[in-house]
Amino acid sequence: MSENGKPKFAMYWAASCGGCEIAVLNINEKILDVDANFDVVFWPVAMDAKYKDVEAMPDKSILLTLFNGGIRNEENEHLAKLLRQKSQILVAFGSCATEGCIPGLANFSSKEQIFDAVYEGVSTDNPDHTRPQYNYDMPEGILHIPPFYPQLKTLDQVVDVDYFMPGCPPESHQIAAVVELVIKVLNGEAELPPKGTVIGAGPSTVCDECGRKRNVKTITEFVRIHEIENIDPELCLLEQGILCNGPATRSGCSARCPAVGAACIGCYGPAEGVVDYGARMMSAVASVIDSKDPAEIDAILDGIPDPAGSFYRFSLPHSLLRAGKSAWSNGNS
Amino acid sequence: MMSEQFEPVIIGFTCNWCSYRAADMAGTARIKYPPNVRLIRLMCSGRLDPTFVLKALSRGADGVLITGCHPGECHYLEQNYKALRRYRLLKRTIAQLGIEPDRVKLVWASAAEGVQLAREITTFVEEIRELGPLHWPTSMARPQAEQSVVLEEVAA
Repeated sequence: MSENGKPKFAMYWAASCGGCEIAVLNINEKILDVDANFDVVFWPVAMDAKYKDVEAMPDKSILLTLFNGGIRNEENEHLAKLLRQKSQILVAFGSCATEGCIPGLANFSSKEQIFDAVYEGVSTDNPDHTRPQYNYDMPEGILHIPPFYPQLKTLDQVVDVDYFMPGCPPESHQIAAVVELVIKVLNGEAELPPKGTVIGAGPSTVCDECGRKRNVKTITEFVRIHEIENIDPELCLLEQGILCNGPATRSGCSARCPAVGAACIGCYGPAEGVVDYGARMMSAVASVIDSKDPAEIDAILDGIPDPAGSFYRFSLPHSLLRAGKSAWSNGNS
Repeated sequence: MMSEQFEPVIIGFTCNWCSYRAADMAGTARIKYPPNVRLIRLMCSGRLDPTFVLKALSRGADGVLITGCHPGECHYLEQNYKALRRYRLLKRTIAQLGIEPDRVKLVWASAAEGVQLAREITTFVEEIRELGPLHWPTSMARPQAEQSVVLEEVAA
């Protein structure tokens, strides 16, 4: 408890875009409930605080920490371990922390390939092939920047995680519901779910929440959304040949994307019981292709130009293989 | 140890109605095939979830053999075609992850084709031997105890 008697709250971002923080602010007036019920002790995007302040806190003194972002470098891992030590409840918040998300797509490439793209890409003039040095001697002392890991890891791959909250970002109404639950728990009106539970989402699939009509799925051609003139506003997008990740993706978003004619891209991660998200998508997509002829099947599959990218867009670091071979090539850490 | 020939670990998924019986037949007929393949019986090749293949590769297998009834002869009418489509898509996906697509192979074998299945297994073992070990790094991340059990199995 703080001096004001309120339990402590922290939120941290590791390798992420900041969208999760915005989603938290998007709970509108509910944010006042967070302030009324919690003492916000550490939230770099919203207030000034130093890592040494967190280091000085007693262990388990923070009641709730929402951790978003993947573990991309040494600093991310340090903060994950520090916040684990200082928090009673650690939530992997958002797709990056739970599954790796878009930053996790870097796991298709080696560290060298990533550095080449970043420091010598088409828009970067770097004739001396300069790369960041992790330790650099300056007159004032050694300058240290956190080493970049060969692969992006998810939060539960470096520390013990209590709850997982999927979404890129988590939907604001889901965040509001979770905030409400935690406050009820504080007042003794509700109990926390079992450790390891996926919170702020449903157990089923996006298809289950989707209002579009489904008939018998038989697909003879995959098309991209800009390649068809009139998308049927009522019919299942997959049945119209648009690659939609609804069959593998966890419910909880109210199927917002398919509702407006955009295919689900899978940001809510694997549905309950799905071990490998991409495998479930491969299974689903292959099942509905209407052909028995190997050559014809291949021609239809050509309509999916980037299967690994489409099926592992949000989940590569948390998949069975975790990363492409090139990302493993320089060390296993 | 180093000078010994590389012995690939291969997981083979068989269909209860055809390829498993073909393997059984090969056994009763004393047809030899290399012991590198560990067969797992499914009710149908259509039961083959790509998860099984990815799990095998991520846990130390060097190759995966999928077997099913010949086209048109599936006990469940059309499920082997489903296996065929999943297989074609899976190969494309693993190729993007840097795994040689030839590490996964689909073979049709009827219950009477013990000789043919044994030949296919022999060929596949040689193909994987040629490709070398996969050694997917996640296979090394397991607890020591489990790993030594697997190593004993491999050595046996």
